[in-house]
Amino acid sequence: MKTEEQARTPAPITKSFVPWRELGLGSKLLFIAAVFMPPRFTPARVRYDRRYRTLDKYRFILGFLALPLLFYAIFVISPFFQAIWYSFTDWSGGATANFIGFGNYEKMWNDERFWDSTTTSLLLLFVAPLITLVLGIFFAFMITSGGRHRKGQAISGVAGSSVYKVVYFFPQVLSIAIIAVVWQRVFSTRSGLLNGGLEAVGLGDFEQAWLGGEYSLALIATLTVLCWSFVGFYVVLFSAAMGAIPKDIYEAALLDGAGRGKTFFKVTLPLIWDTVRTGWIYMGIQALDSFAIVLVMVPKHALKVTPVFLYERFREGQFGYATSIGVVLLVLSVVFSLLIMRIGNRDRIEY
Amino acid sequence: MTTVPTPAPAEDTPAGAYPGRRRQRRPRKQGSQSVEGVTLNVFSHAFLVLWVVMAAGPLIWVAMTAFRSSGEILNDPMGLPIAAHWENFTTAWTEAKIGRYALNSLVILAGSLTGTMLLGSMAAYVIARFTFPGNRFVFLLFAGGMMFPVILALVPLFTIMDNLSLLDTRPGLMVAYIAYSLPFTTFFLTSFFRTLPSGVQEAAMVDGASHTRTFFQIMMPMAKPGLVSIGIFNFLGQWNQYLLPLLLNNENENNYVLPQGLASLAVSQGYRGDWGALFAGLTIAMLPVLVVYAVFQRQVQAGLTAGALK
Repeated sequence: MKTEEQARTPAPITKSFVPWRELGLGSKLLFIAAVFMPPRFTPARVRYDRRYRTLDKYRFILGFLALPLLFYAIFVISPFFQAIWYSFTDWSGGATANFIGFGNYEKMWNDERFWDSTTTSLLLLFVAPLITLVLGIFFAFMITSGGRHRKGQAISGVAGSSVYKVVYFFPQVLSIAIIAVVWQRVFSTRSGLLNGGLEAVGLGDFEQAWLGGEYSLALIATLTVLCWSFVGFYVVLFSAAMGAIPKDIYEAALLDGAGRGKTFFKVTLPLIWDTVRTGWIYMGIQALDSFAIVLVMVPKHALKVTPVFLYERFREGQFGYATSIGVVLLVLSVVFSLLIMRIGNRDRIEY
Repeated sequence: MTTVPTPAPAEDTPAGAYPGRRRQRRPRKQGSQSVEGVTLNVFSHAFLVLWVVMAAGPLIWVAMTAFRSSGEILNDPMGLPIAAHWENFTTAWTEAKIGRYALNSLVILAGSLTGTMLLGSMAAYVIARFTFPGNRFVFLLFAGGMMFPVILALVPLFTIMDNLSLLDTRPGLMVAYIAYSLPFTTFFLTSFFRTLPSGVQEAAMVDGASHTRTFFQIMMPMAKPGLVSIGIFNFLGQWNQYLLPLLLNNENENNYVLPQGLASLAVSQGYRGDWGALFAGLTIAMLPVLVVYAVFQRQVQAGLTAGALK
């Protein structure tokens, strides 16, 4: 081993390897200095030493990790811990923050406005993923297997499937704030697309002041926008997952006499289940965080969700209280994710 | 052009033929199934077209209404534009400051996207290709950040930025974008760098390239597909960001970014009753993104759905 390595190294350092411990003070200093020296100014004695390579490697690692880690630590990690600390204080932006234990959480427990907004958030959390995923799976199945039977193929996609996917995906590339403004116009009582459209097809009786302040209508509007913006995303996601299923499985199902419905429930759905579960969690978190939609689109007196309630407390300067609401939101989303993981846990099917 | 991978067509199907249009008799299968196939085909197209109308309808309506005057909009929201009111667009661009907001967005994005890609790929490369004590810890640190909701950081982030006097400044917003994009970027690129062959890296080292040089001249070009995907993901995420600017860039209206500007425009135009300009502003904000998306649709879809498959 050793002779081989010595044979490969250039002529000046054919001396035998001296352990770090036995190195003279001068050489040690030289090594330390080498950390800050560009390679071309580093003496050959150090540069061709095996230790220099290790040193060079760690210098590189530290150099590359320092800035990302610094940014990340200051603006993401430290706010996380600060938030948890603030949630136990009565801090309101001033110089002093007193530790008040679970005071903020108690206040929240007794705060009717918190419960109102959180009930809405929980409603969205349970209903929005359901509607969005069902629609997403439905359209994805239509796209991947709604086509005519072709000779020799058990299953085929519809014609123009990529066109469908492109259009469905539109909302996903737009800012949620812009989407909220668009839909605020759509729902507008006097000049909106929805009421105008209803009147045009003779359903004028169904016209509503959608965002006029009534809770149930505002909830429907929020749900609509939430689902509308994400259905396309799931169509693309699920049709990719469905496209990855080997065709011979479908052929086998067809030979066994399974119809479309049976094929879907017995073959397609179980095979994409992992993706569905991930999508479910992702959509739930989006629904819990429907901040921009509600803040921009829905009038303040009609409906609030927890993030909006939090934001208002923040603007009022109730910093401690606002962060404790944030902590509750985090706990909610973690509990939700774990719950879905547990509920949706099936035997993984490898194919 | 379907993105669904289909097996090679049977021998009697000419390559590139449009399969849906061909009426085919399939001698070996019963007629009932073929009828079922056709009805299902019609049925599925009907549903699929319905959602096309749902998804694109509101957007088309906005683009059409942008050419109408406010009076026309109020009279009949569904009407077609009679004469093109281009002045809506000039009003939106100048008076309603959409041009300014778009410029702000561009400036912020130029800094934040470059920073995100550079820092993210640097961290990812080191994590993926080097063994060092704490490697796993650093990886998990970044991966864990993906679960962290920005809304929880609202108060601390605000005070940190305030203390660093970065509040209501462009660098402040850029830095925040970078920091909150890093977890996923690093996570995604780490798995990407891991898939690259190690032989090339070793060859570069043997030829005497430094680590830095190997990274920038060998590994970055090799990682291009991954960088493009995550770049698009970050581009859209940062261009569309609303909460961070609302928190960190709220003082001066002239510094608003596009989504923020439109949200405030929706309020102010409402008071003025100038709906035409609002619709024009929305169109200006949406059109470039949609055009870019239409061009790069495959990469965009891949980039954005990669986010959910973590």
